[in-house]
Amino acid sequence: MEKEKNHSRPVEESDVKDNSRRDFLKKSALMTAVALTPVAAAKAAELHIDERIAGAFEKMPLNVEINGVAHNLMVEPRSTLLDILREQLDLTGTKKGCDLGQCGACTVHVDGHRVNSCLTLGIMVNGKKVTTIEGLAKGNQLHPMQEAFLKHDGFQCGYCTPGQIMSAVACVREGHANSEHEIREYMSGNICRCGAYPNIVNAIQEVKEGGMAI
Amino acid sequence: MKQFQYQRASTQQGVLEAISKPGTKIIAGGTNLVDHMKHGLIAPDKLVDITHLPLKGITPTKTGLHLGTLALNSVVSEDALVLQKQPLLSMALKAGASPQLRNMATVGGNMMQRTRCTYFYDTTMPCNKREPGTGCGAMEGYNRMHAIFGASAQCIAVHPSDMCVALAALDATVIVVGKKGQRHIPFTEFHRLPDDHPELDNHLAKDEMIIGVDIPDNNFAKNSYYLKVRDRQSYAFALVSVAAALDLSGGTIKKARLAMGGVAHKPWRLFEAEKFMEGKSVTEETFKQAAQIALQGAKAYEYNAFKLKLAPASIVEALKQASGLA
Ligand SMILES: Cc1cc2nc3c(=O)[nH]c(=O)nc-3n(C[C@H](O)[C@H](O)[C@H](O)COP(=O)(O)OP(=O)(O)OC[C@H]3O[C@@H](n4cnc5c(N)ncnc54)[C@H](O)[C@@H]3O)c2cc1C
Ligand code: SF4
Ligand code: FES
Ligand code: FES
Repeated sequence: MEKEKNHSRPVEESDVKDNSRRDFLKKSALMTAVALTPVAAAKAAELHIDERIAGAFEKMPLNVEINGVAHNLMVEPRSTLLDILREQLDLTGTKKGCDLGQCGACTVHVDGHRVNSCLTLGIMVNGKKVTTIEGLAKGNQLHPMQEAFLKHDGFQCGYCTPGQIMSAVACVREGHANSEHEIREYMSGNICRCGAYPNIVNAIQEVKEGGMAI
Repeated sequence: MKQFQYQRASTQQGVLEAISKPGTKIIAGGTNLVDHMKHGLIAPDKLVDITHLPLKGITPTKTGLHLGTLALNSVVSEDALVLQKQPLLSMALKAGASPQLRNMATVGGNMMQRTRCTYFYDTTMPCNKREPGTGCGAMEGYNRMHAIFGASAQCIAVHPSDMCVALAALDATVIVVGKKGQRHIPFTEFHRLPDDHPELDNHLAKDEMIIGVDIPDNNFAKNSYYLKVRDRQSYAFALVSVAAALDLSGGTIKKARLAMGGVAHKPWRLFEAEKFMEGKSVTEETFKQAAQIALQGAKAYEYNAFKLKLAPASIVEALKQASGLA
């Protein structure tokens, strides 16, 4: 990594942080021993201060726009976009089904394209725009695809529905909703345990035939 | 998932420096790597994110088409040049995974994806690929998805990619880069058979990265077909798949390309069957004989004997579709 810097490539903040983290942890242990009086040390232990410092340095900055709102977050590199949405931002509309890319319940849009948020590392959407099911409606006015799912009973238990709707919106925008066959093929990444498929297809066809820009 | 460091690479040099250290892995779309990390199959100390490198392009060259390693599977499958020149590749990509996954998956990542053998995924089971020397859970286990060609006593897994089957048929070349510079590897020699080292899927060195794939121009566009047979209509790995490409002149086969997926540790090119078809006329009989030749040396295990019938039937069907006989 030292060498990389010599190649005068722009040094990413992340690289520097990563490099200095271990050093910092080593030094911080020393500093703690030197600087803290026994009372303060006991207090620090009680408050898990060292651990919190370690925690802060494990995390990295993530700047991302979610549903039109800019967020400056600190995240662990291993946190998936799905977990960040649900646990850090309380955007629990996006569902966790399999957590392995197999069911589509976690589908969101990143820069307008549908992806599985359970296999997306949050840190990798830095600088991008994410849209979740919470970002589709305009105030109290539901998105046409949400209206169509309601009208056609495009769900039973509703667990897969946020993912189905995010995928359905993308399916129409991509131009992959031209026939029942095509809709079924391009919605195949979204599994519905309740088998609401026929109604989902009807909902999508209505939105597509409505010709509205969505 | 174990904690790891994350580095966003902005130069190829930066990637090569990073992967020269043990414990560092490249991440592209993440659809296979993150899955593996969640399953505890691998726990890297550091990931180097290559998605910001300028390797996304799909560009015409003097002799064909170049795909940058970061071109997304969805983008390649719908690219106008790909559809015009190499429709077989588009068909194979569209048969793989789901629209969401294809929006994440990259060319290089797709080539590097590992087997879906369930014993490989199950860390409580023996597996020579995951942990060399522990044995093969599939050999005496439920080996319905496994190989009929080129397996070894160590491993009978198959390579799961659809895209790679098309690229093997289309005589593509893989371009890789390491500290010593670039290498070009014929696509059919990129992946390897398990032999005594099933832990190795391909011939990419640990300190090399893929930068792209070249596909030479050909006359197969009009008569190509990718057939994928699976347990459900979509979003499932192949039981068997066939990439068929023909260059026809009247009713005669000038050139033929044939490769299979779901049958071997690598995309399985059927050179002998191709040679047999060249100069023959387009008839179901020609295709049936080609399929028979293709199956020479095939060997089944307890639960995958059905592939010995499914494979030739699929070859005939794919050739019929490609030639317009169907
Ligand atoms: C539910 C599910 C269903 C699927 N179904 C299918 C299917 O039907 N057919 C099919 O073909 N595939 C299928 N896939 C697999 C999918 O195609 C692969 O996961 C994907 O192509 C991997 O690409 P990626 O960019 O996400 O790779 P990553 O996950 O980022 O990387 C995979 C591996 O490649 C390495 N790598 C990536 N880029 C490079 C590079 N440039 N140089 C060197 N090494 C590199 C990484 O280090 C890693 O080891 C499925 C996947 C899932 C999760
Ligand atoms: S077939 Fe290969 S991958 Fe599967 S258990 Fe045996 S050694 Fe492992
Ligand atoms: S939770 Fe992401 S695909 Fe199932
Ligand atoms: S509505 Fe229950 S899983 Fe789809």
